[in-house]
Amino acid sequence: MVDMDELNKRFDIHNIANNKLAEIEKYKCHIYCCHSTGCKSSGSDDLIALIKQILEENSLSEEARVVATGCMGLCAQGPLIRVEINGKKDVLFKRLDANTTKTIMEKYVLPALKSEGEMVVADELKPYVLSLDLPFFTKQEKVVLKNAGSIDPEDIAEYMAHGGYLALEKALKTMTPQQVVEEIKKSGLRGRGGGGFSTGMKWELAAKVPTVDEKFIICNGDEGDPGAYMDRSILEGDPHAVIEGMMIAAYAIGATAGWFYVRAEYPLAVERLQKAIQACKRNRLLGNNIMGTNFSFNVDIRLGAGAFVCGEETALIHSIEGARGTPRPRPPYPTNKGLWEKPSCVNNVETLANISKILLKGADWFASFGTETSKGTKVFALTGQVEHSGLIEVPMGTTINEIVNEIGGGVPEGKKLKAVQSGGPSGGVIPAQHMNMPVCYEELKKIGSIMGSGGLIVIDDSSDMVALAKFYLDFTVDESCGKCAPCRIGGKQMLMLLDKINRGRGKKKDLELLKKIADAMKKASLCGLGQTAPNPVLSTLRFYEDEYTNKLLDGKVKE
Amino acid sequence: MDNDACLGCQTGDKWRRKRGSLIMALHEIQGVKGYVGWQDAMDLAKTMNIPLARVYEVLTFYNFFKLVAPGKAVISVCTGTACFLKGNDKVLERFKSELGIKEGESTPDGLFHLQVVRCVGCCGLAPVCVVNGRTYGRMTPEQVPVILNEWREAFKEEA
Ligand SMILES: Cc1cc2nc3c(=O)[nH]c(=O)nc-3n(C[C@H](O)[C@H](O)[C@H](O)COP(=O)(O)O)c2cc1C
Ligand code: SF4
Ligand code: FES
Repeated sequence: MVDMDELNKRFDIHNIANNKLAEIEKYKCHIYCCHSTGCKSSGSDDLIALIKQILEENSLSEEARVVATGCMGLCAQGPLIRVEINGKKDVLFKRLDANTTKTIMEKYVLPALKSEGEMVVADELKPYVLSLDLPFFTKQEKVVLKNAGSIDPEDIAEYMAHGGYLALEKALKTMTPQQVVEEIKKSGLRGRGGGGFSTGMKWELAAKVPTVDEKFIICNGDEGDPGAYMDRSILEGDPHAVIEGMMIAAYAIGATAGWFYVRAEYPLAVERLQKAIQACKRNRLLGNNIMGTNFSFNVDIRLGAGAFVCGEETALIHSIEGARGTPRPRPPYPTNKGLWEKPSCVNNVETLANISKILLKGADWFASFGTETSKGTKVFALTGQVEHSGLIEVPMGTTINEIVNEIGGGVPEGKKLKAVQSGGPSGGVIPAQHMNMPVCYEELKKIGSIMGSGGLIVIDDSSDMVALAKFYLDFTVDESCGKCAPCRIGGKQMLMLLDKINRGRGKKKDLELLKKIADAMKKASLCGLGQTAPNPVLSTLRFYEDEYTNKLLDGKVKE
Repeated sequence: MDNDACLGCQTGDKWRRKRGSLIMALHEIQGVKGYVGWQDAMDLAKTMNIPLARVYEVLTFYNFFKLVAPGKAVISVCTGTACFLKGNDKVLERFKSELGIKEGESTPDGLFHLQVVRCVGCCGLAPVCVVNGRTYGRMTPEQVPVILNEWREAFKEEA
């Protein structure tokens, strides 16, 4: 006979967490190696094997452990390795290769394990040290990215040791679905996928629709914005956080099954998610009667296939159904009629990754970050002409100046900041003179851009804004699904005009026409893609009309 | 029909009882063969009981799917925003001139296929290109011939 106590213990998350914690505590030294797409491509796999080998050769496998983690945020400096030794300050090493890693082991880790007190980094290693006192690290506020970079995303026990699945337990055992919805509503969390709709309200709407036979929760991991990788890093670095968020959402709205829709361009994210789902199944966190309650739930993964428009929720639903990813008019909203006509709630990866933290620490704690109307933190992919290009997380309301000049370390090569672009192909620019603008949904909208999903592109004074606008429009025209005329035809015409202007053949009336078509597209397009496609053009026209007129045949050249 | 040799049938068999599986099945076929050919599409349609026209509707809508065999090494040059700003157009030009083909084409010897993609999520390493799943960051045009040679050598060793 199976011993029930024994079984319960084996699947008890507290028990698993405690065992793991005890195991971790045995080690004096923890070597965290970034094992995300970025650092893997710079060779982190080999370094991990090398470190393990050196530890073994020196019979130190009992004293030191190697943790292959998710993204540490500074892919440009990769491969990154952080060495944590009890009683000593953490040291982060950058741009490593096999030789340097060997030297780190011989000249830093091995002696440090034998010595008491602080350990000085040898001179020859100094060029490879990345100071953890940099504003890039100290100015961030990690809520969603807390685990990424410090746990092994492929080890469910480690996630539990860091409080994983406690929020799910709290929800299932001590809260009603309505209470969960209320808590999320109270937190002020808004969708991180671009729209910024209140997550609690969306859940409330979804919960109200009766579950006849099925109801779905869908995680949007399409991350279409080219130049952004927040969702990839979250899925790669902390997949269980997204799964846990989805399970809590399912409980709150009464969903019977969940779907992850992930870009096919993210194979590692898909692999980590798959492994995490399997680990959940093995630990009875997915399936029937989860944690001994009446809650039963299962999830599955579906892949995208390289169509930006599939990030739009109705197109995404068509894509899962195995059809072309074309959007349809809303209403009906997916919460009423979604996947296979069943009520469905679509949430972004980062949105779901916030949920467990809110339930554990409380709505008030969450709402203590951010501004009046934009609560919590936001993950941004800071790229372009900036010293420290990387993945960052800051409280909503942090200014552009703090993000670019402090955290990002400013514009390199003695150039000056010209603008920051947010919202990708649906967004616009924030010129340098608005540097003190706090980043939140309302302010960004006021200036003619949007929060979007979190891409922040730093542009220096050598950049051509007309070319940038054309780049984005090129993208949206390419990605238009062609279903409605304003987007299909309007986009092409705008692009032709822009091209003409860019080649120095445009006239004043072309600028007028450009604005007119943009206006029509915004008003008459069926989905968000067409409605927002003119934004990069309109926004650059608003602040840099000079650059357009300077290119016109009949334009005045200003000095 | 001989089921063992029929990739379309096997894949269809595996997926037909699952919901929302057409795109997954197509991914699987492309994963094995590098593209989804006419015969495989036919077999899949038959096994999954989906009209062939529907299969092609999907195949042609999504950029990811290829209808004809690409070269042995698929080179994807990222044209996402971060890579655009860091000058990946020059890297793309170099690939084109070194290989003598345009994007979307394969070399006559069947070794290389050149394509552009919109962001592979390694923007921190921009400019980026990917060859058969291997990511190359901080690209320069000068690296292009080096990478091509690396792959040519690898294929020679295989042969
Ligand atoms: C053209 C287009 C592309 C979109 N791409 C994404 C995307 O890549 N990821 C995402 O989460 N939401 C995307 N959205 C927004 C989704 O339609 C949807 O609002 C979102 O997934 C809802 O989740 P949230 O409320 O958690 O933000 C896109 C919308 C449009 C119109
Ligand atoms: S706006 Fe563009 S992408 Fe959206 S439905 Fe119309 S044609 Fe398709
Ligand atoms: S823009 Fe090239 S990897 Fe993202």
